[in-house]
Amino acid sequence: MKTFRTMLFMPGNNPGMLASAGNLGADSVILDLEDAVAPGEKDAARILVRRTLTDLRPENVTCVVRINGLDTPYWRDDLAAAVTGGTDVILLPKCEHPDMLREIADFIGTSSRNGGAIKIMALVESALGIENASAIASFGGPLIGMLLGAEDLTAGMGAKRTPEGDEIAYARGRMLMACKAAGIAAVDTPFPFVTDMEGLAKDAAYAAQLGFSGKALISPHHVHAVKTAFMPTAEQIAWASRVIETAEAAERDGKGAVSLDGMMIDLPIIKRAKSVLQMAE
Amino acid sequence: MNTKRGHQAEGETIMGQTASSQAGTLESNDIFIRMTQVPEGGESSVNVESIVMKQFGEDIIKTITQCLEDSGLKGVNIRANDRGALRCTILARMEAAITRYKESIK
Amino acid sequence: MNHKFLPDVATALREAGLADNMTLSFHHHMRNGDYVANMVLEAAAQLGVKGLTIAMSSLFPVHEAMIPHIKSGVIAAIDTDYMSGPLAAAISRGVLEKPVMFRSHGGRPRAIGEGSLKIDIAVVAAPCVDAYGNINGVQGPSACGSLGYILPDVEHAAKVVAVTDFVSDEALRHISIPHNRVDHVVCVDRIGDPTGIVSGSISMTRDPLALAIARNAQAVIRASGLLRDGFNYQTGAGGASLAASTFLRDDMRKLGLKGGFLLGGITKYMVEMIEEGLFESIFDVQCFDLSSVRSIRDNAAHQEISADTYANPKQKSCCVDFLDAVLLGASEVDLEFNVNVLTDSNGVIIGGSGGHNDAAAGADLTIIVAPLVRARLPIVVERCTTITTPGKDVDVLVTEQGIAVNPRRTDLIDRLKAAGLPVCTIEELREKALRITGKPRPMEKGDRVVGLVEYRDGTIVDKVYAV
Repeated sequence: MKTFRTMLFMPGNNPGMLASAGNLGADSVILDLEDAVAPGEKDAARILVRRTLTDLRPENVTCVVRINGLDTPYWRDDLAAAVTGGTDVILLPKCEHPDMLREIADFIGTSSRNGGAIKIMALVESALGIENASAIASFGGPLIGMLLGAEDLTAGMGAKRTPEGDEIAYARGRMLMACKAAGIAAVDTPFPFVTDMEGLAKDAAYAAQLGFSGKALISPHHVHAVKTAFMPTAEQIAWASRVIETAEAAERDGKGAVSLDGMMIDLPIIKRAKSVLQMAE
Repeated sequence: MNTKRGHQAEGETIMGQTASSQAGTLESNDIFIRMTQVPEGGESSVNVESIVMKQFGEDIIKTITQCLEDSGLKGVNIRANDRGALRCTILARMEAAITRYKESIK
Repeated sequence: MNHKFLPDVATALREAGLADNMTLSFHHHMRNGDYVANMVLEAAAQLGVKGLTIAMSSLFPVHEAMIPHIKSGVIAAIDTDYMSGPLAAAISRGVLEKPVMFRSHGGRPRAIGEGSLKIDIAVVAAPCVDAYGNINGVQGPSACGSLGYILPDVEHAAKVVAVTDFVSDEALRHISIPHNRVDHVVCVDRIGDPTGIVSGSISMTRDPLALAIARNAQAVIRASGLLRDGFNYQTGAGGASLAASTFLRDDMRKLGLKGGFLLGGITKYMVEMIEEGLFESIFDVQCFDLSSVRSIRDNAAHQEISADTYANPKQKSCCVDFLDAVLLGASEVDLEFNVNVLTDSNGVIIGGSGGHNDAAAGADLTIIVAPLVRARLPIVVERCTTITTPGKDVDVLVTEQGIAVNPRRTDLIDRLKAAGLPVCTIEELREKALRITGKPRPMEKGDRVVGLVEYRDGTIVDKVYAV
């Protein structure tokens, strides 16, 4: 699903940035009430984000609000504002346990009639969160995906963050597998070396190769490179279109099993072809 | 709460404290709003400076005045320095300033 | 003793025959680091002359120092291509009785060549001079690279005075202005502040919108069909323009193309492109950073050109006519694609055509890049406050939220649509912007004229009013 391919963080208290949210090419924007907002401005950012969602909602973009963590005094007000504004998704930071998801799911359910439509994403950024990845991923209900936060994770681990990312290989693998097993989206960590465009391209290509659904971004400059990395190649698109055509023809003709280029076209192949076409805008 | 306590001399005090607040920034596309209590019995007033004064000055003043009326607050002086904020930003900053103002009375 | 070298500016002016009501010309390669124009006018004031016309290719905030000379009557008229800062604001408020003549970078040498702008004394801010009086811009502590904008003046002025802060012991090999055009040379401590002349490096924009606009602009160039071997290109040093040139570079690499020339104000991004072999050459009227100063000195493919060669429409040929595409900015674009780069939306002077209408007229594809909304003001207006470039010279307006093509370019509309670009009408862009901003109150024009806007061919296309 394209929602997850490029998820761009933007500071929740910056009206100029919020006004441009829909025009930066990202598939989703994460309006941030957490790290990008100073403690004294949490109230103002919350109001601004709500107003942006209601009055200036960006077109053709999925809106995600990152609330403050459950260990802060802010998260209930954040959630209320995001729900009132009608956000598409809530991003819960520092998620370490499915109980934390339960808490916000209940809050959303009781605070809004439309609560059911609002999805949740878990930001996993601690050793405990990674170790509990499958428990979190299998929460079900409104949980649509998990996002890896490698900066906080490596800081907590005492690991050095590098463009190559060896230090997060395990965390990536573990979270990815948990998401795949649960059938939800797995979104890769942002690439923190903002000006290293070559490193970004490699990192994004690697994430795509592993099977991540997409990648979060901390700079609008990263949107295009990440989109490209997750974009299927022309050959893949051509292959996928032929698979779908062949499968549709087979269905019309009432044939059972068909093959293409000597390969059996079965359900997993059709599913893969569909996801390729979906990614290819 | 971000209420600044440094300007108390400007207004009358309620229970020994002056109500005041501010919200927003001077960055482009934003508006900086400052609310202070006027001495007892004084009328509310709205002063606006804007880089788009000619084009939107009236609209900005109207928006701010309306927010103030809706808040039910009386006797407030509002100074706004607008850097080209959209209407929804002005509404958001006014809402923040009014909430903070009310907090400062408590 | 070399008779050419005089002890101070006042002596040089006297020797050059400075008198009341004369026209003194200057150039702007020192940009906001220029000391020379202020220094010369101070000396002229000391000499007691009145009624001067200042013909300077562009004026910057540092030229605020001219305001007192206007008030005291030393300066009676200004002729320029661009002005920004306190002087521009003062002109807008009506400090100068006579309207400023605003020309383009090509219109200025045209006027000089045809004699409608007659120069009595041309003053060269000369970064490097040798004992003969040969001048270049590439050596010395105030090196600024190209001296292109003063070359027409030097050719036609009655007298030429060079002000320098570096005299080379060796005869110059790199010569921009030959000794036989130079009447007097004066040595001073500093002719400019190096940090104001060229930026150490012009850095890529961090403005995300500029990037989105640039990406759209490059997509337009790609779809236009003009991108092929020999592609000639000009762009400014604004955020979106610079970003677009990196996308252009990527495209040229990918397609394996070799362009012809890069034109206009030059930055390190263009220098890198000729060094990489993506373009044949650079034709340079103005260097914007240290990389381009180094390059014009060391790389034979990077050539200095005069404003005449750059853009004079009456020359036998000029570079802008060979442009395939140009990217330009705007403070307003109206429904007829007229562009304003002279005043802001309050009618205050903030710039001027510079090479805008020259490049727009010359290029096959003229792209205006601008954000749809800038500080609550829609970029598309019903009618420009001031017209600097007529709509007939403009092909496309590219914003982050859509691309409007001048309806007379039906060929281009088809091509862009075929490429899947978000093409819409300019009216649609305006409506889209108004939905975000609300309707601005229309501007009321004053009645006092403080500026005349001359199109490159000499016709007056608009007037600037006092605010």
